[in-house]
Amino acid sequence: MKQKPLHNTFFHGFVILFGIAMIYPILWTFASSLKPENDIFTKSASLIPSELKWDNYLKGWDGFGDITFGTFFLNSTFVTILVVIGTLFSSTLVAFGFARLQFKFKNILFICLLATLMLPSQVTLIPQYILFHKLGWVNTFFPLIVPAFIGGVPFFIFLMVQFIRGIPRELDEAATIDGCSTFGIFWNIVLPLTKPALATVSIFSFYWTWDDFMTPLIYLNDTKLFTVSLGLRLFSDPSAITAWGPLFAMSIASLIPTFLIFLFFQKYLVEGMATTGLK
Amino acid sequence: METKVITNEEVAQQRNKQQLKRKWKREAIAYAFISPWLIGFLCFIIGPMIASLYLSFTNYDLLSSPKWVGFDNYITMFTDDPRFWTSLKVTFKFVFISVPLKLAFALFIAMLFVRPRKGVGIYRSIYYIPSIVGGSVAVAVMWKQLFGREGAINGLLGYFGIEGQNWIASPDYALSTLIILVVWQFGSPMLIFLAGLKQIPSELYEAAAVDGANKFSQFFRITIPMLTPVIFFNLVMQLISGFMTFTQSFLITAGGPLDRTLFYAVYLYEKGFTHFQMGYASAMAWILLIIVAVFTALIFRSSSAWVYYESEGGK
Repeated sequence: MKQKPLHNTFFHGFVILFGIAMIYPILWTFASSLKPENDIFTKSASLIPSELKWDNYLKGWDGFGDITFGTFFLNSTFVTILVVIGTLFSSTLVAFGFARLQFKFKNILFICLLATLMLPSQVTLIPQYILFHKLGWVNTFFPLIVPAFIGGVPFFIFLMVQFIRGIPRELDEAATIDGCSTFGIFWNIVLPLTKPALATVSIFSFYWTWDDFMTPLIYLNDTKLFTVSLGLRLFSDPSAITAWGPLFAMSIASLIPTFLIFLFFQKYLVEGMATTGLK
Repeated sequence: METKVITNEEVAQQRNKQQLKRKWKREAIAYAFISPWLIGFLCFIIGPMIASLYLSFTNYDLLSSPKWVGFDNYITMFTDDPRFWTSLKVTFKFVFISVPLKLAFALFIAMLFVRPRKGVGIYRSIYYIPSIVGGSVAVAVMWKQLFGREGAINGLLGYFGIEGQNWIASPDYALSTLIILVVWQFGSPMLIFLAGLKQIPSELYEAAAVDGANKFSQFFRITIPMLTPVIFFNLVMQLISGFMTFTQSFLITAGGPLDRTLFYAVYLYEKGFTHFQMGYASAMAWILLIIVAVFTALIFRSSSAWVYYESEGGK
């Protein structure tokens, strides 16, 4: 079918206008992060700063007292990297078990796994808090990291199960005949073929951990341990606000890792969304 | 002769033993693989669920030991806590407005992008960006300013001579700003719809066109029915996350003004972690679980009536 040129122009016009409206808030925040203080309110809707104030970023980075945003970024990076590692560890092993191995109670356990996909986290929140409190883990990174190593996000296991089910079984069977152990099959045959799914899982687990607000809010009290989310919130506290420019600057800085990953790996994101949604 | 029989039996026994051993080994290996999740499931899901059910029948402030109060928490909640009802009302309103709107936008935009054209890849990425940043504190900060008295929205309205107000602080509009924020993030369901739309065989449309069906009836008689499994998936996922919404309300409006954005999860947090009424908060969590379970069950039950699965039973 050929497109009429008029139809095409209309399409692009509409999509571009609507697209600008979609990302206007982000562009606006970016512009505001470079505006001098009085610009932010007098020319609030404008996307072009009257002069470029890059030192908003320096001012914001200084943070509060002796704690800079550098600390928050280090904390977030540390937590996020460990969570991604933990998620990859648990989701691949468990998914291989469910997708390829036979064992007693497999079906009922898989149903449990699916049911937890829909379990509101609030139900387990309070006892988990009490548990971590009793373990002396409040105000440490453990409550943020440990769950990832034990399959804390069942969605990722589910995603990997779906992916591994799609890998032809003949490969495993051939390897079994050749005397390959179960772990050998997992490590040498299945795992290398799951690379696209591993990328999807890593990206989503990165995003959700980097952006997570509620878990750090509940478990971290010491400003030194704050993640970027908590640091930003501290910064945006109405009673503390003196400087909008630096606040916007740090908001944008907190989004940079997200944007970089999106820029370089969006293929995996888009494909990952599509496969999990369909199966 | 005799010795041979014995050896045969022995061999059989040996084989049985070996088979049993192999079977046990196989089970052990499988359980080793799923053990990370199994441990987590028992320690962080089942254990806490039982604990939270027990706590919901107690008063517990984390310092002294839990005190059994029977159904008191539930009775108070339903008969003597107007804020509980407010939070339910706010959450339902939020979910029932934002989820259909979000899905409608997602489907509409996905329909625009389904045909390969120049630039569609870039457009799709741009429309997806709000979804990847939407949950962050940065976006909450942004939203608060955008809709504030001196924010960009009022600046834009000013060009049209309309005088705005502080939308975030207005009891009439605060919830709407949060709904807009959620609908703005329609990127994920959009991508899922897009993948679903691409699976619809084009022969269906060609045949319909030959039979003289217009675009409108093609949409309602082909697109929608063929998409129902995807709609079903999106609906379940969005409803669940809608009921659990926390961060945006907590950060942008802090439940206010006048409790107009007091989401259920925000009220639960307030009860548990500000007032340290852990028993009451646990009871609230169980009511939330029941609500989510009922809705999910209703959607699943009704799905046989409206979700179309291809004959091979493929899901």
